[in-house]
Amino acid sequence: MSAAMDTESTYSGYSHYSGHSKKAHRQGSRDRHKSPRSKDGSRSEKSVTIQTPPAEPLLGNDASRAEEGQDDNWGETTTAITGTSEHSISQEDIARISKDLEDSIGLDCKRYLGLTVAAVLGLLVFLTPIAFILLPQILWREDLEPCGTVCEGLFISVAFKLLILLIGTWALFFRQPKADLPRVFVFRALLLVLIFLFVFSYWLFYGVRILDSKDTNYQGIVQYAVSLVDALLFIHYLAIVLLELRQLQPTFTVKVVRSTDGESRYYSLGHLSIQRAALVVLENYYRDFTVYNPALLTASKSRAAKHMAGLKVYNVDGPGNNASGQSRAMIAAAARRRDSSHNELYYEEADHERRVKKRRARLVVAVEEAFTHIKRLQAEEQQKAPGEMMDPREAAQAIFPSMARALQKYLRTTRQQQYHSMESILQHLSFCITNNMTPKAFLERYLNPGPTLQYDRDRWFSKQWTLISEEAVTSGLQDGVVFVLKCLDFSLVVNVKKIPFIKLSEEFIDPKSHKFVLRLQSETSV
Amino acid sequence: AGTGGAGTAFVPGQPVTAVVQRIEIHKLRQGDNLILGFSIGGGIDQDPTQNPFSEDKTDKGIYVTRVTQGGPAEVAGLQIGDKIMQVNGWDMTMVTHDQARKRLTKRNEEVVRLLVTRQSLQKAVQQSMMS
Repeated sequence: MSAAMDTESTYSGYSHYSGHSKKAHRQGSRDRHKSPRSKDGSRSEKSVTIQTPPAEPLLGNDASRAEEGQDDNWGETTTAITGTSEHSISQEDIARISKDLEDSIGLDCKRYLGLTVAAVLGLLVFLTPIAFILLPQILWREDLEPCGTVCEGLFISVAFKLLILLIGTWALFFRQPKADLPRVFVFRALLLVLIFLFVFSYWLFYGVRILDSKDTNYQGIVQYAVSLVDALLFIHYLAIVLLELRQLQPTFTVKVVRSTDGESRYYSLGHLSIQRAALVVLENYYRDFTVYNPALLTASKSRAAKHMAGLKVYNVDGPGNNASGQSRAMIAAAARRRDSSHNELYYEEADHERRVKKRRARLVVAVEEAFTHIKRLQAEEQQKAPGEMMDPREAAQAIFPSMARALQKYLRTTRQQQYHSMESILQHLSFCITNNMTPKAFLERYLNPGPTLQYDRDRWFSKQWTLISEEAVTSGLQDGVVFVLKCLDFSLVVNVKKIPFIKLSEEFIDPKSHKFVLRLQSETSV
Repeated sequence: AGTGGAGTAFVPGQPVTAVVQRIEIHKLRQGDNLILGFSIGGGIDQDPTQNPFSEDKTDKGIYVTRVTQGGPAEVAGLQIGDKIMQVNGWDMTMVTHDQARKRLTKRNEEVVRLLVTRQSLQKAVQQSMMS
C-alpha cells in the first residue's frame, strides 16, 4: 500500500477518473476481503462511491503549479501517470477500503455472535428431550420398570413433534438476514432468554428429581420429556405471534418525504420497533421512489445563490457589529426589492416543458421507425432463408444507430444521460426485441425516471443509511414519532401517524323505501 | 301590520298576516281569449326552492314571474315578484298551480281584483310607523 501512496496520479478528465477508480476499487476489494464478504450478496450497505470530479490532483498542489510553470520542458522532466492503473490506488480508494474494513469487521462480529448463541441454544434445546429419554436407559437400565405400548406410543409422538418443531424453526428463523440493524431485536432476545430459562428449569428439575434419585418409573420420565416438547411447540407458537403476526395488522400510517425534492409516499405499518419500521421504509424506498438525480437540483441551487448574492450590508455608523440587525435589514430589503425571479422561473419551466415534449415526439417517431426495420422469422422461414439471420443482439446493434441520436438528445434534456450507458441501452433493446415488445414498451424505461432498483448499483447514491432518532430505536412506533434516514446526499424524513379509531355503525334501508317525485316548476301565462 | 322579516310564508297554526295592495286588472280581449298580461309560478304542488322571488324558500304561494310590457297587468300596477294572496275573494296562498290558473282565467269575468303583497310594501309600512 505504501508504494501506491507514492505514485502521483493526474487525472485527464471526469469520465476517465470514474471509470478507472471504479475498476480499482472493485479489484482491491475483491482481493482483500473474500471471506467476510461471502454473505454480503444482498447487503445494502456498501459504502458509497463518491463520483464528484476532483477539483485538483489528490497529492498536493505543488505538482500542478510546477507543471504550469514548466510548459516547454514538460515532456522531459515530469513523470506523470495519467489516471490510476489497475494496480495502484488513489488516496480516496484507500480511505474507502479502510472504512470498509473497520465497518465489516465490527458488524460481522456482532452478527456472528448473535447467530452462534442462537444456534448453540437451539441445538441444546433440540437435544434435551432426547437426552431426557436416553439418560435413564444408559445409566440405570436394569432398575427401570418395563413399559410397553404406552412408551412406544410416546416415543413416536416425541419423534414427530420434534420433527415438526425442527421444520417450524427452520421455516421461521433460518432465513438469510436481509439487513443489518443497529440494535438487537428486543423480541428475539426475549424469546431466547425465555427458552433458556425454560429449558434450564426443566434440566434442574430433571437433575434433582430423576437423576439423583434414580427414579424407576420410566413412563413418567418419558411423559416428562413429552411435556417438554409440547411446551417447546407452544413457545414456537408464541414466537410466531410475537415476531410475525403482531405487526401484520396495520396500525400506523407513515409518511416518507425525501429531503431534496419533496417526493413523498405513505405506507401502512403495524406495531413495529423504529428500526424495523425504518427497514420497511427503506425496502419500499428502492421500489417506489424515483431515483435520486442530483442533476435536477442545480436549478433551485442557482436560484438560491442568486438570492443570497443580491444584497450586501455596509455598516456606515461605526464599528459595532450587530449581526442580527444586519440580517433583519437584509430580509427587509429583500422583501421590498421588486425582483422578477418568479417570472424567470415560469418562463424557464414552460420552455423546458416545450423542449422536452418536442424531443420526446422526435424520439418516439425515430424508435417506431427503427422497429419497423426488423421482422421476426418464424420457424419454417428460418430453414428457408438462412441468409441474413441475426440474433437479438445483432438485430439491436443494427437498428440502434437510427435512434441513438434522438435518444441521446432526449436523455440529455431530461438530465438522465448518466443513468443509461450505451451498453445498457443495447441490452435493453435486444431484450425488448426478444420479447416482442412494441416501441412504446421499449421507451417506457427512458421516458420517465424509474425507481432506484431499475438502475445500475453504481448510480444509486444511496447505499449506506444512518437512522437518526430521538427515541430509542428499539422502542415501538407511536403517534407523532419522527425519525430521519440519512445517507450521504439526502435524507428521508419519516413521520408516523396513528390510524384513527373507526366507529362504524349500521343502518338498514328497506329496498321498498326508495321513492321519488318530480320537481315541478311550471310557469303559466294568464 | 306585519313585523319585518316575518315574511308571508305559511306558519302552521298561525294566521298569515301581510301588507297587501289592491290591484284591479281589466282583462284585454285578444281574439277568442281574455288575457291579463302576466305569468304566474308556484303552487302547493310545485317545488318552492326554485322560486327566485320568494323570501322564504318554503313559501308555496303564487308569484308573478313575468309582466308583459304594456299589458293590462302592468297598467294596473302589478310588478314582477309580487305574491298573489287573493283573486276576487278566493284565497291563493294554498292552491295548486292549476287551480290558480283557473281562478285567474274564468271566461265570464272581465275584471279581476287581486290582493298582492311585496317586500317593499312591508318596509314602507315599517318606515312610516317609525317616523
